Amino acid sequence: MVVRVRFFASLREDVGRDGVDLALADATLDGVRGALAELLDAAARRSLAAPGVRVAVNQAIVDGAVALRDGDEVAFLPPITGG
Amino acid sequence: MRVDVQVREADFDLAVEWAACRARCGGRAGAVVAFGGLVRDQRDDGDGVRELRLEHYPGMTEASIERIVARAGERWRLLDVSVIHRVGRLRPRDQIVLVLVASSHRPDAFAAAEFLMDHLKTEAVFWKKESGDSGAAWLAPTVRDRERQAAW
Repeated sequence: MVVRVRFFASLREDVGRDGVDLALADATLDGVRGALAELLDAAARRSLAAPGVRVAVNQAIVDGAVALRDGDEVAFLPPITGG
Repeated sequence: MRVDVQVREADFDLAVEWAACRARCGGRAGAVVAFGGLVRDQRDDGDGVRELRLEHYPGMTEASIERIVARAGERWRLLDVSVIHRVGRLRPRDQIVLVLVASSHRPDAFAAAEFLMDHLKTEAVFWKKESGDSGAAWLAPTVRDRERQAAW
């Protein structure tokens, strides 16, 4: 099962890339965080876990435990500035 | 209510959008209110601004704006709403956003245009990075913007 992870704005800069495809054994957001923890350095992990960072699955904001499906897009969004 | 939301790098021409809005509305519109947002050359603290970079999430950003427009449409009688929001690298004096609201009567058009902007400033999915005298930084919504949004 593969999900596409995307990072926006300050998070893209902190992580150093705009996204990554993750093959997951645990098809949940915790599974995504676990896979990212192995991939990213401590500073990038801190940025993703910072207060105000929200997660969207297929462009809808989610909260808490979410079951993911093959091909889902998981986006890490820093606090929005607005238009 | 006809709605058109565009998020794009290209600039816009008020005269062109205005004429298109009038043509779409035919004889039903009694009022068109236009708001244009511009990039200022200095921040509120006086520091100079050289560049503003706007980033969006294609799809999610348009949907966030369409939800705001839909709420305005529930609250006022509107005929035609257009929002053009630019992204990418902008410089002081550039146009950044256009909101055009047409209605049969002006109170609805005035109120909806202000409502739309106050909500765009806080709820639309954009990130802004400002570069200027004091370096470059990602911006947060201002307290004033949040207060204006909350007042609705």
